[in-house]
Amino acid sequence: MNLEFSPEEIAFRDEVRAFIAENYPADLRGKQDEGDELSKEDFLSWHRVLHKKGWVAPAWPVEYGGTGWTATQRYIWSEETARADCIRLMPFGLTMVGPVIYTFGTPEQKAKFLPRILSGEDWWCQGYSEPGSGSDLASLRTRAVRDGDHYVVNGQKTWTTMAQHADWGFFLVRTDPDAKQQEGISFLLIDMKSPGVTVRPIITLGGEHEVNEVWLEDVRVPVENRVYEENKGWTCAKFLLAHERTGIAGVAASKRGVEKIKTIAMSESDGDRPLLANPFFRRKVAELEMDLTALEFTELRTLAGEAQGKGPGPESSLLKIKGSEIQQRITELALEAAGHYGAPYFRGFGEGDNEHPIGPEYANRTAPVYFNTRKTTIYGGSNEIQRNIIAKMVLGL
Amino acid sequence: MDFNYTETQDMLRDTLARFLADTYDFETRKKMIASGEGRDPGIWRALATELGILSAPFSEEQGGLGGGALENMIMMEELGKVIAIEPYLQTVVIGGGALKAAGGALADAVIPEIISGNVIIGFAYAEPQGRYDLANLTTTAKKDGAGFVLNGHKAVVYAAPWATHLLVSARTGGAQRDRAGVELFLIDAKLPGITRRDYPTVDGFRASEVYFENVAIPGDAHLPGGIDLLERVVDEATMAVCGEACGVTRKLHEGTLDYSKQRQQFGQPIGRFQVLQHRMADIFLEVEQIMSMTLMGTLKLDLPAEERKAAVSLAKAKVARSAKFVGQNAIQTHGGIGITQELAIGHYFKRATMIEGQFGSADYHLDRFEQLTYPKA
Repeated sequence: MNLEFSPEEIAFRDEVRAFIAENYPADLRGKQDEGDELSKEDFLSWHRVLHKKGWVAPAWPVEYGGTGWTATQRYIWSEETARADCIRLMPFGLTMVGPVIYTFGTPEQKAKFLPRILSGEDWWCQGYSEPGSGSDLASLRTRAVRDGDHYVVNGQKTWTTMAQHADWGFFLVRTDPDAKQQEGISFLLIDMKSPGVTVRPIITLGGEHEVNEVWLEDVRVPVENRVYEENKGWTCAKFLLAHERTGIAGVAASKRGVEKIKTIAMSESDGDRPLLANPFFRRKVAELEMDLTALEFTELRTLAGEAQGKGPGPESSLLKIKGSEIQQRITELALEAAGHYGAPYFRGFGEGDNEHPIGPEYANRTAPVYFNTRKTTIYGGSNEIQRNIIAKMVLGL
Repeated sequence: MDFNYTETQDMLRDTLARFLADTYDFETRKKMIASGEGRDPGIWRALATELGILSAPFSEEQGGLGGGALENMIMMEELGKVIAIEPYLQTVVIGGGALKAAGGALADAVIPEIISGNVIIGFAYAEPQGRYDLANLTTTAKKDGAGFVLNGHKAVVYAAPWATHLLVSARTGGAQRDRAGVELFLIDAKLPGITRRDYPTVDGFRASEVYFENVAIPGDAHLPGGIDLLERVVDEATMAVCGEACGVTRKLHEGTLDYSKQRQQFGQPIGRFQVLQHRMADIFLEVEQIMSMTLMGTLKLDLPAEERKAAVSLAKAKVARSAKFVGQNAIQTHGGIGITQELAIGHYFKRATMIEGQFGSADYHLDRFEQLTYPKA
């Protein structure tokens, strides 16, 4: 057992570092620095660079386009992309539906969808939650009725992130209304341009348009777009949730977030000292670093277990709970550190806008980000649901 | 980067675990504690001779198995699972660790005696006024010819009543809180001028107040290295108690989980209640984090001093906080029976509580981390 990188791993780290320095899109960096909201094109520009290099889906099996990296290499990759402040890739294709398709899909589904996920040609969204089905996901009511070689789908989904850009969506629908809740659900891939699909924006607390309502009215979906068996969609859903949770720990990005807080707290003055020298404030930062270190080493232990063949199981709920709490504490401390200048609602410069920014740049979006990040303990199965999962699946209660 | 134990390390753990399963059940432990000496010396002898595992963290040249901090962590974790009262921490981790780091003739003479079980060491470093500040010393070691003369009072020296030797920190110069002038000495525990007031501790050990009155000690009892050596030894000891906490809190978790499945109230096991299920999940989360932080700190013990201290402090702060959470909630979940002496759970809680403060509380270690990492307040 040791923490040192081997010479090969150091060489890999240097390669990754150099690649990012040379290839991260410069205009993307500019927009991030100015606190602009990012467009679909912005997200895709980095995605395409990585696809060209063959690094867009490190965790996928090599035969489907993965990199074959070791757990340590994947750790290095997430460290380096966070260190360079690279934007996060949209997870819906790469870490959600992609693994479901290569695990449960037919050869035709794999051939049709996986290359387009990797290339970024298809933008995916997730049709899970419904107005009446949040934490109790299995109570979902969107109906899919078989009609020849099609399903006819009717219902409403909500909290559908980035559906406004989506080409495809993966949906949980009820195919057997008489079966026990989890047993009557199927996993459908739906073309978002199909007649009967309507996407309406929901604006969240920070003013962002991230999530949407999706209405499905007599949408005809070919049966060949069902993944896995009819009424066995819950198996795919559970598999996907476990995958989603490991990524959700967000350790590398949170390390970067702590560094940003320290930068802010060194710039902000508190009497004749920097805010970071205030014993009350810095104790909160120290506790955050402590808990983040505990999360990092828990994730490293989990990755080591995975390398030995233990798949991500219910233990990944632990990573979700702690990771999401830490993400929230980071945004909370950043806002606290920003002081007065947390208040101005600054949404980036418009075209041809020559005005000066309001207050220090680092303060600009601390409040909207804090508001927005309340989502992390709610999405992906709320933290209360995660505790239920641990109690049932790990502790046998 | 590698997070796997070696086969030798797995064997070490299995050997000790099997031995303790046979010898260290709760009732036997209670009898040892209640006996005149407060322990069963046969256990220590068996660990040394029958199992030969007191050699685990020593190099092969020193007659050891070639291990180090990880082996100590494994040993302490297993000892923690039975809340053993053996002086492994004081003798092997601390005494052995100081000798290993200092080297020289004294190390060559004493390490084989530790391995063979003939030496037990008490660590006389704390003083009544010093709290966790290792340099806050009034005990003096004045140069006297080739040797030193020792005067002072050391507080709560675990295992001192059983010790053949004492590892003593004392001041050869400087003012009460100066870093310069702090030195370590390994002395015979029976030297004239040493007196003790012995007592049991709340967590089942025996300890002493140790008084030195003009104790003449030989010059070769001095372990060169000053405060830097003392800090290194205490950091290693800190991670060893974190290892012990892994075992202690794992058992608190398991015991509480079992109880919540058996105990019936309102016509069902109390583990059916969601409020307790979430508490059990939180206990599980804390135990896992104790494991993670113990590995982190242990694997960073050989880094340069500043990085080592920051890592150890972050680890101990988290372990202390989490151990408190696990212990208190284990008792709460047990209800009334948890606050009696009858069940093992309460005894695990008592040890977990003492571990919280041992070698520095969470506050002390967060403060040390901040001093090392952030600008001055």
